[in-house]
Amino acid sequence: MAVPVAAVRNVTKRFPGVVANDGVSLEFHAGEIHVLLGENGAGKSTLIGLLAGMQQPDGGEIVIDGQPVNIASPRASLELGIGTVFQHVLLVPSLSVIENLMLGGPWRRKLLRGPALARFRELSQLLGVEIDPDAQVGRLSLGEQQQVEIMRALWRGEKVLILDEPTSMLTPQGVKDLGAVMRRLREKGVALILITHKLVEAYELGDRISVLRLGRVVGALPPERLRAMSEQEATDAVIEMMFGTVTHHERDAEILVGRGRQAYRARVVDRTRAPRLSVRGLTTEATRGACPLRTVDFDLWPGEVLGIAGVDGNGQKHLAEVLAGQRVAASGTIILDGKDITADAVPERRRHGVRYVTDERVGEGTVGSFSVATNLVLKEIGASPFFRRGISDWDYIHDHARALIKRNDVRTPSEKTPVGKLSGGNIQKVLLARELNAEASVVVFNKPTYGLDLQNTRLAHERILAGADQGLATIVISTDLDELLEIADRIGVMFQGHLAGIVENGPDVERKVGLLMTGAKAA
Amino acid sequence: MRGTGMTAEVHVAQRGAPGHEGGREIVASVLRVAVPILLALVVGGIILLILGKDPIAYYGYVARRGLLTWGGLQETFTRMSPLLLIAAGLIVAFRAGIWNLGGDGQFLLAAVITAALGPALVGVLPKALTLIACVIASAIVAGLWAVIPAILKARYGINEIITSLMMSFLGISFANVLIKLFFWDPSTTVPQTRTLPVEDRLPRLFDTTIHSGVLIALAVVVLVHLMMTRTAFGLKLQVVGANPAAAVHAGLNVAWLTIATFTLSAALIGIGGSVEILGVFGTVRADWNPAFGLLVVPLVFLARFNGYAVIGFTLFFSALMIGGDSAARRIGVPQHFVLVLVALLLIFLAVVEYLDHQRRKRIGA
Amino acid sequence: MEALLNQAFLTSLLFGAVTAGVPLLLAGLGEQISEKAGVLNIGIEGMMLFGAYTGFVAAYYSGSFSLGFVAGGIGGALVASLVVLLCIRYGLNQIVIGIAITLGIEGLTALLHYFQFSRTYPRLDQAPVWALPFLSDIPVLGRALFSHNPIVYLAVVLMIALVWVFRATYVGLNLEAAGNKPAALDAAGVSVVKTRAFAVLATGFLSGVGGAYMANVGAGLFVPFMTGGAGFIGIVLAMLARGKPVWVLLGAALFGISLAMTTALQVGGINIPTDVVQMLPFAMVMLVLVIFARHSVLPPALGLPYVRGER
Repeated sequence: MAVPVAAVRNVTKRFPGVVANDGVSLEFHAGEIHVLLGENGAGKSTLIGLLAGMQQPDGGEIVIDGQPVNIASPRASLELGIGTVFQHVLLVPSLSVIENLMLGGPWRRKLLRGPALARFRELSQLLGVEIDPDAQVGRLSLGEQQQVEIMRALWRGEKVLILDEPTSMLTPQGVKDLGAVMRRLREKGVALILITHKLVEAYELGDRISVLRLGRVVGALPPERLRAMSEQEATDAVIEMMFGTVTHHERDAEILVGRGRQAYRARVVDRTRAPRLSVRGLTTEATRGACPLRTVDFDLWPGEVLGIAGVDGNGQKHLAEVLAGQRVAASGTIILDGKDITADAVPERRRHGVRYVTDERVGEGTVGSFSVATNLVLKEIGASPFFRRGISDWDYIHDHARALIKRNDVRTPSEKTPVGKLSGGNIQKVLLARELNAEASVVVFNKPTYGLDLQNTRLAHERILAGADQGLATIVISTDLDELLEIADRIGVMFQGHLAGIVENGPDVERKVGLLMTGAKAA
Repeated sequence: MRGTGMTAEVHVAQRGAPGHEGGREIVASVLRVAVPILLALVVGGIILLILGKDPIAYYGYVARRGLLTWGGLQETFTRMSPLLLIAAGLIVAFRAGIWNLGGDGQFLLAAVITAALGPALVGVLPKALTLIACVIASAIVAGLWAVIPAILKARYGINEIITSLMMSFLGISFANVLIKLFFWDPSTTVPQTRTLPVEDRLPRLFDTTIHSGVLIALAVVVLVHLMMTRTAFGLKLQVVGANPAAAVHAGLNVAWLTIATFTLSAALIGIGGSVEILGVFGTVRADWNPAFGLLVVPLVFLARFNGYAVIGFTLFFSALMIGGDSAARRIGVPQHFVLVLVALLLIFLAVVEYLDHQRRKRIGA
Repeated sequence: MEALLNQAFLTSLLFGAVTAGVPLLLAGLGEQISEKAGVLNIGIEGMMLFGAYTGFVAAYYSGSFSLGFVAGGIGGALVASLVVLLCIRYGLNQIVIGIAITLGIEGLTALLHYFQFSRTYPRLDQAPVWALPFLSDIPVLGRALFSHNPIVYLAVVLMIALVWVFRATYVGLNLEAAGNKPAALDAAGVSVVKTRAFAVLATGFLSGVGGAYMANVGAGLFVPFMTGGAGFIGIVLAMLARGKPVWVLLGAALFGISLAMTTALQVGGINIPTDVVQMLPFAMVMLVLVIFARHSVLPPALGLPYVRGER
């Protein structure tokens, strides 16, 4: 067998309190797409960090072309011909495409545009894409930005290309384009490493699949075995690697595979009654870095889960914020149980039962340095019974917190612990505890399972469905279509600020949603 | 302004639960303050040694003059009142994440207003009313001086460091203009305002030279501390300061809170200027500028924005200033050495805090 | 009013404006480099002051003005290296450390000066002047603008050079990335810490030279606290210039003229307090901000330490 272009041998990496990589050995071959599968926290990102020179291993070695190497910095990684496309866009939005690509060049020298443009054309051809080299990166679509990132990763050599969850922010069409690019690069002899947690992608694109779990490689499907398998067989094999037996963690596995699509919700929503929430002609003003709403209309009934799909940055954020009351509507109306609440701010809407579980749990949902107890009343500051005539009743606030912590199974040392010290799953539980109480009537979830592990994802889904069963009118915004297929009754698609269409969850919904995501009108 | 870094991280988390803190936590928080002070004194001592002065003698003299003699102690207490009031103003602003660096302008303008108003009103109004009117008018003027930076920050997100600094330069010059053009006491050759007679100033405490302004200052600091820890308004300010996005998310009126806080901060600093005139000088001379504004910033950080702790640090610092003034004459070390000490203190505080943070991270707390 | 129209008066006013404006220009350009790279350098006042002190001492003992400027630059860079260590390397709060540095250097230079010169303020000789050929013969303007210490011309050349550096060099790209999206710079294999350290050291050097100019050319002597907020004006200029060196030059000219006006008016015997004139540039800037208020366009990462893996 040929010498692998790159390999890790028995690599170990520890962080305070965790072993992120525990004796990991993997090989990456030229002209092969090697898929690394595993859920959050399995150690995939750590492994990439080591290859990209962001961190150094505590044990084991990294081998390039048969030679053990020390990748001490991102520069060293790039110079070895290893390019990495990270999960989040790492381009300077204020610079042009070509400037971004030239970034990191020999600083003593003058900027040389000519050679850079030549290399740019070479790579454009290799990838089969067309981008204006002088366009400002901040104005490109996410898909185009990703193409620029791939170019940058290949800029100084095209030996190894690492892609970390590259499809999470793309349209179905964008995913297809990316697949084509990846196949082209494979033909040219690049060793590709694809990190994903989606089995479908792994099967479609991968020549070789390795599964990581809790920092270890728990199984692998080499090319000759993988080629011989059907999708179903491969899926079953991977699931067995990840969870031992299929039955044991069936629900977790379902989430992983996105099998929920076979189990549409059986609940019937009574849409003959008046809707709980009616949105008509809703628009918002454009802000920097976010797409505004352009005339959004929909109705939402009690007990219903409305999924909002779409590629990130098509107005979802504004939709959530304007419904929560933290963003002003430029025009249009929001009617709750027959009452116009368009002009109400967050506190009034909250009193009317409108709740918003934000996706930015740390960014805006909580104040990290404040206690769990304070965060649990963050939206009730000044309101009785926690405050009386503007004076805080800390005993009451702490009692209240203890009760909620118990009821919601928040794992925290005490109610006085700063919320920033909790894990992502527990912070989410704090948010859910704050938002979902007896007076809730409409709940907006924005990416409720983003960044959570499988267990907490399952808990969050159960929580959402239980709420709907009790009659909550629920909106779930997610870029993960599989998630919506599993829990939503209807699915609407945001495209460039419009609600491009709403379709019933059911057979063939995936195709319809995919069409809507590219801007086609509802069929 | 994001990333204000050194904010009072633990404050809200530990509030109202002293019994729950372990003994080690208390030791740690004492060390966090004691270690920087010690290091600053040691390094300051080394600097003195290099300059050929005996640090022990210097520190001993400063302590004696600032704290251990009755006259010095009275001066120290007197010096505390403007510093405490400025500190109160800064605590309010910093807690809300607002960098009000315009303290000097606010302080001076307030002082000039008091110096202009006091002598004019004292014949018309009863003494007590004059004093109250002066304080209120000064607070209002100082507060107004912060309104433009406040609005620019709240409405357009324009950095308040730059605007409050500019308003400060403006305020300092404007105070001089007021004295020279409008309030110049015709009986003096050097431009200065009319003088408030000694008997009409803030009453002295008992038989001391300490004026009652220090009581006002202490009361204000305590009130500010209570406002921060026990009221909804204080908690709202802290949410805005710790995470502005969370404040928007929670439906707080961030713009209004920013303007209110900025104005309140400046008004408190203004009271400081007013009290200094009513208690000590009775007049403002042109080009007078004690430049307390930046000096108090380190104290507020040392106290980690805690109102009670700031009282202790202000006492320490006032003693240092008073003692340092005398030492300049007696031992031949310019009083500016105090500035070096304060700077060292601030740097070591930041370093110790950083090391502490690293330690916590390492043990995975 | 006759005095105002007097040629000699105008010449001395403009000459004074250049002398007062050049330190501001150097400080403002320096601060601009830091800000571009995402560092809010509040300690620049301290860097200027220390540069003024070291520059003066070097020139005083060596008798060489050039050595004075070099020493001033090194002095400023020395102070800057403290910012590099504490804020860039260890990520301590830039504003707190900046204030500490300014206070500390104010105290330290006063102290050093006292122990060196006691209460005397020795003067330097007249600084050397390069009269630019032809240009310096222009009436009024020639004497005012083209008959200065070489540092003045260097400062202007530096401004032009910075335009080029920002636009057409790798250094410029790196600075922009360090302030706008440090993680992207890191991923491109350039050390964010080194880039910012370079920027801060450059700021320190430039403001140190500016301070030395203030002491050695402007005043001819060192007085404690002599920078008197010039560094803060530099910060203001850099923030208002929004990354464009040319605007720093214009701003420095504006402040320079008003500073020169205060002395010129005294000389001219005009009866308004100099403070009125001193207020003008600040009032003007505030007015501009109020009227044309827009969301500020400072680099998104300004003031934030970069920690790999944190966003």
